[in-house]
Amino acid sequence: MKGDHLLLLYFTLLVPFLFALLVPLLYRYMPRIHTGWFVLVVPTGIFIYMINLIPIIAKGEKLVNSVPWIPTLGINYSTYVDGLTLLFGLLISGIGALVVLYSIYYMSKQREALHNFYVYLLIFMGAMLGIAFSDNIFILYMFWELTSIASFLLIAYWYQRKQSRYGAQKSLIITVIGGLALLAGLILLSIMTNTFSIREMIEADQMIVKHQLFLPSMLLILLGAFTKSAQFPFHIWLPDAMEAPTPISAYLHSATMVKAGIYLVARFTPVFSGTIEWFWLVTGTGMITLLWGSFSAVKQNDLKAMLAFSTISQLGLIMCLLGIGSASLYASTAILAALFHLINHSTFKGCLFMVVGIVDHETGTRDIRRLGGLMNIMPITFTLMIIGSFSMAGLPPFNGFLSKELFFTGVLEAARLNIFHLETWGILLPILAWIASIFTFIYSMILVLKTFTGKYKPNKYEKKVHEAPLGMLISPIFLASLVILFFFFPNIISNNLLQPAMKAILPGLLEGGGFENNIKIWHGWTTEVFMTLGVAVVGMLLYISFPKWSGIYEYLPEKISFNYIYDRGLVGMEKLAAKITKTYMTGIVRDYLLYIFIFFVVVVGGSMVLLNNFTFNPSGNGPVSAYEVVLILVIIGAAVLVMLTKSRLTAVIGVGVIGFVVAMFFVIFRAPDLALTQLVVETVTVALFLLCFYHLPELGRETGGVGLRAANLIVSLGVGVLVTLLALTAQSNPLVDPISTFFENSYQLAGARNIVNAILVDFRGFDTMLEILVLSIAGLGVYSLIKLPLARRDNK
Amino acid sequence: MKPNDVILQTVTKIVTFIILTFAIYLFLAGHHEPGGGFIGGLVIASALTLLYLAFDIETVREGLPVDFKVVAAVGVFIAVATGMGSILFDQPFLSQAFGYFNLPIFGKTELATAVLFDLGVALAVVGTGVTIILSISRDA
Repeated sequence: MKGDHLLLLYFTLLVPFLFALLVPLLYRYMPRIHTGWFVLVVPTGIFIYMINLIPIIAKGEKLVNSVPWIPTLGINYSTYVDGLTLLFGLLISGIGALVVLYSIYYMSKQREALHNFYVYLLIFMGAMLGIAFSDNIFILYMFWELTSIASFLLIAYWYQRKQSRYGAQKSLIITVIGGLALLAGLILLSIMTNTFSIREMIEADQMIVKHQLFLPSMLLILLGAFTKSAQFPFHIWLPDAMEAPTPISAYLHSATMVKAGIYLVARFTPVFSGTIEWFWLVTGTGMITLLWGSFSAVKQNDLKAMLAFSTISQLGLIMCLLGIGSASLYASTAILAALFHLINHSTFKGCLFMVVGIVDHETGTRDIRRLGGLMNIMPITFTLMIIGSFSMAGLPPFNGFLSKELFFTGVLEAARLNIFHLETWGILLPILAWIASIFTFIYSMILVLKTFTGKYKPNKYEKKVHEAPLGMLISPIFLASLVILFFFFPNIISNNLLQPAMKAILPGLLEGGGFENNIKIWHGWTTEVFMTLGVAVVGMLLYISFPKWSGIYEYLPEKISFNYIYDRGLVGMEKLAAKITKTYMTGIVRDYLLYIFIFFVVVVGGSMVLLNNFTFNPSGNGPVSAYEVVLILVIIGAAVLVMLTKSRLTAVIGVGVIGFVVAMFFVIFRAPDLALTQLVVETVTVALFLLCFYHLPELGRETGGVGLRAANLIVSLGVGVLVTLLALTAQSNPLVDPISTFFENSYQLAGARNIVNAILVDFRGFDTMLEILVLSIAGLGVYSLIKLPLARRDNK
Repeated sequence: MKPNDVILQTVTKIVTFIILTFAIYLFLAGHHEPGGGFIGGLVIASALTLLYLAFDIETVREGLPVDFKVVAAVGVFIAVATGMGSILFDQPFLSQAFGYFNLPIFGKTELATAVLFDLGVALAVVGTGVTIILSISRDA
């Protein structure tokens, strides 16, 4: 039974990919039905399956299994299902189903390339499920990059638009840089723990804290998580990703993909938690992101941009809570708050995106300066917007209120701790959180009031505005009802989902005495309630006086923005690369030869000098005869002549002289075959040189001035001296005895008294075979170069 | 106006045969004395070059209607084929064999497959050398 269960799990995880293969066929052969209806089956089925897993996981059972993929490398597709995994699985499939349903009404069947849309969406869904369910770090990384790619494809869905392509490229660059850092971090982690399984890494947490790779791997993994979850300062890709179709923004860029980083941080909390670096990095980054995101959201004019910055700030909030929660035993509320807000954010932000999509769809604009007075025309949309926004602002009776209260509890608890320097700096946390909440309140109000209240001015809209069709409203209505349901019955998800997930993040917690996991709607006149009241009052005041102080956004110079740095950085890098390439890729062969020779001299000579390897041992040398001295003098003379002459003819003859003297050397050193060949080949070469150079102009003066000539001289001297020294060194250190004694038996072995010939045709005949091939190719090359000249362009 | 090349042509007619004989000697002697396919091929090529110099190319072609590109290809083919031949006898590629036979005229003679391989080398060298010289000279 259990085996069947695991098999079903694997099938479930693969279904999105398998179905993605089917989508183009369905699109092609079932043109009358919107492809989305077929796709809807997939997330719905997965969601129902996940629901069935809840009781099993809530009982504390864990589903572990492994299918071999590359078993020799220890890379297996192992899955591990615990509370955290299931929480994400439900989010991905549940919101996925609603988004697909929404997209059926949002994406036009006639105008859009729906098959692309749903293939990308399904790939994304499968990859996201893969991240949550995989236990092997390489599988995790594989799915991680797959989400980046799917997100890239979805952002650039309307690839005809320049902004879409820009946003897609930006998100890909940033998330892939993070992804690579993640891979490095995971590999470091696997080196420390000697396993590829995340589960086993968590069990090994005690011994790795003192490891020297601990901090690098933590930083790299956090870099991956922060880039994916749009944390400060890597948040810049998210607002540009809003060029994607709205269902995609709702799904990827608010509910699921941006939470992959959150998942990663939560998943690795048991490994890294308890250290001051992790605490302050995660908490601090989350807090800064929260502040900056909510601050920036207020100034946006575009509804989706506002929601993008709002998502950034809410992700910062969750990240901050995860950081606080990593001080595990002292601040367990924070983890509960993080997980609860994770769910709540997915519900209300998904709802808000869909509502904004409806407004965009029905009015043709998302600009709050043009919107207004839609309250009476779109009452249902208005209601949904109120529910979503008020939940986001943290007002009752919506689930955002509960998680905001828990958030305040978490930061207050953290402020009271006296570890990790919290006794001095901790007081900042509640203050900053409170300020950020005020900004959250302001933009939530802007979202509702600027869009729906005021006077209705029909001439501002391109279309005749009316309420959205019911189908488009189903998904946001569903999400909005969840927002309210979660407020009244928070403990249903708390008991069934949050508690197992908390156990996954803080495995040591339950043994440490348990925790209070009941979420109370009302818990007396506590500090948190007064903080929320303060947020509402101050936020309302600031909203009313917004025109008076909105000028502060003007003071922020454009050049400090991270977008500016990113854009300039990209342009600068391209310019720098082009400049560097242009500097050394001159297109002049002489320069490249200089590089090659300088490299040779520096690397070979340098390493010889550094290793102190030059030796000279003349003891094994033969005596020098008078013939040799004379011939050497002739060669030197001819070489100097070739270098100094101004005439090509003289140079050719000089080269010929050298060749013939070499032939004489072969005679002296008793190599008759070589001497014969050298004589004939030298004659042919000189003849060919003469033939070719006959048509060339006289040798010109060396161009490039004295500097270049000096460089040439130095480099050529360097090469000459180095090669000489190398030859002397090699000759002084014979490492092995020569093997020529074997060939001396050539008469017995090959029936030949000419050893050279026996070697050429018998012992080493393979070389000769290829050499005559080279020769033939050269001949054919000459023939085709001369006989088959390319037709000149001006002939045509 | 074509210059009168009588002396050159007459000398060539005699010398070519001397050179060719020498080349064949070099080729056949290669197994035991200095020489072999490469140098033999080069010397044959030089004999042909001499013919081309003394007479003109068209005249030589009439007497020797050979495409030297094909000669080079045949040479490479022979070299590879002798190598493949050893596979038929369950030997590694390019294994050479030799033996001593009593031939009718020569008496006890050594015959070696290496000479066949050398023949391929020589043909490749001749073909390539003449191809290059003919190509360049025609263009110039």
